[in-house]
Amino acid sequence: MFSLASVATMSACIFLFGIFFCIIQNFQYMVKTAEQNVAVTVFFEKDLPQEQMDAIGEKILARDEVSDIHFVSADETWEAYQKIYFEERPELAEGFAEDNPLANHAHYEIYLTDVALQGSLVEYLESVEGIRKVNKSAEIADILTNFNMLIAYVSVAIIILLLCVSVFLISNTVTIGIAVRKEEIAIMKLIGATNSFVKAPFVVEGILIGLIGASIPLGLLYYLYTRLTQYVAGEFNILTGLLQFLSVDEMFRILLPVGLALGVGIGFFGSFFTLRKHLKV
Amino acid sequence: MIDLQNVTKAYSTGVQALNGITLHIDKGEFVFIVGDSGSGKSTLIKLLLKELDPTSGTIKVNGVNLNKMKRRAVPKYRRKLGVVFQDFRLLKDRNVYENIAFAQRVVITPSKQIRKNVPMMLSLVGLAEKYKSYPKQLSGGEQQRVALARALVNQPNILLADEPTGNLDPKNSKEIMKLLETINERGTTVVVVTHNQEIVDQMKKRVVAMHRGVIISDERKAGYTQHEN
Ligand SMILES: Nc1ncnc2c1ncn2[C@@H]1O[C@H](COP(=O)(O)OP(=O)(O)OP(=O)(O)O)[C@@H](O)[C@H]1O
Ligand SMILES: [Mg+2]
Repeated sequence: MFSLASVATMSACIFLFGIFFCIIQNFQYMVKTAEQNVAVTVFFEKDLPQEQMDAIGEKILARDEVSDIHFVSADETWEAYQKIYFEERPELAEGFAEDNPLANHAHYEIYLTDVALQGSLVEYLESVEGIRKVNKSAEIADILTNFNMLIAYVSVAIIILLLCVSVFLISNTVTIGIAVRKEEIAIMKLIGATNSFVKAPFVVEGILIGLIGASIPLGLLYYLYTRLTQYVAGEFNILTGLLQFLSVDEMFRILLPVGLALGVGIGFFGSFFTLRKHLKV
Repeated sequence: MIDLQNVTKAYSTGVQALNGITLHIDKGEFVFIVGDSGSGKSTLIKLLLKELDPTSGTIKVNGVNLNKMKRRAVPKYRRKLGVVFQDFRLLKDRNVYENIAFAQRVVITPSKQIRKNVPMMLSLVGLAEKYKSYPKQLSGGEQQRVALARALVNQPNILLADEPTGNLDPKNSKEIMKLLETINERGTTVVVVTHNQEIVDQMKKRVVAMHRGVIISDERKAGYTQHEN
């Protein structure tokens, strides 16, 4: 009877864990996606020959911080500029005719593997010969990094708390189980049962509680997560560019083994250490 | 085989249950331990099983000093003993068959062996038909016989029986004692605690009499001696 209660509470704990896990995973995924749009821009010294620009580009791409690099020539820069500022009145741009006013604005857009690395990359870029100016997006990088850290800390704290609660519950179940079966255990011992023989059923019980207590919430989460992502995709499709959810399969590729291992692990260690405490012969 | 030197046992309540017991029992012996209620007989059995540790003195069984035995070695030691407890100590939530099979599982016996041994033991103690009954559905005497079957199923080399006939009628008591005698003849050392004067008188075995935690007489092929006090 009591194990039913602990399966229920265990389920609740793993359910909460799963929810937090999903939120964290999705946040990180969104942050990662956002990071990919944060670029460092470098401009070159006046009249730097194309070969030298290419050489610099290769050096930059070889850096660990860099995920991708994109060359924008002076003409392309001018075209993009025209599109933004002279869209309505193209005749104004005509005045420049063949003369590119942004002739010295060929540049690289550099995409980072991790925004947190922006500082070190910028430092490096500023030391490179032939580079005139480095534009960075400092605020976005800082905000994203800090936000990421905050989420990580909060989630670790919550998960540790949930784990402690679960271990306590299993431990309680086992303690009560030992009390109820005290006489039986005493008899087993007197007819020559080893400690591990006596312990085995309790450990098995703990692991089973963990396994069942993990399977129920994981199943539920799978269903709910599928429904939620479908709902969001359907109702807020304007936002889908912004709210990039991990697919249910991607999510459960990690959550399923982690959740099960957690349940079994809590069940095993919870009962194992409680037994060590209460079953001294 | 069993060797007690100046053994005393005081319970935490202050009761001095044993007060300097020196006793030697050889391999293959059949020994009755008699004495009035509270004289320390059950305490002696519990010390031999290492359910309790003596307050002072040494106990050696099969040449091993129980005081110095490591905790981990205790289960293995107990497997060589068969014990019938005065209060039976059967598992209430298991039937007769399971209670006896349980003793075999504890010592990791193959289930094929168990299926063979358990019915054999049950017919030996005359309970073949009641194998499905639960302890509370049995009479005191029947429970006692289940306890005896459990004690014997692992073929111990020492059998300790605390009042194995306490709840039996004279006829059944005699049968059980005959059974113990047969087991003894096959080489098992048997120590029986009993109040049954008639049986002790008839069987002409060694009789150790206790009173208030000391041995007051130890005679071979004796009858039950009534010690007035
Ligand atoms: N667990 C215990 N705690 C405290 N005192 C105990 C305990 N067990 C037994 N005693 C006391 O130790 C003394 C010896 O008890 P023991 O059970 O050995 O007697 P016994 O000879 O087996 O008696 P009986 O013939 O009635 O079974 C008694 O005075 C009893 O009250
Ligand atoms: Mg007694």
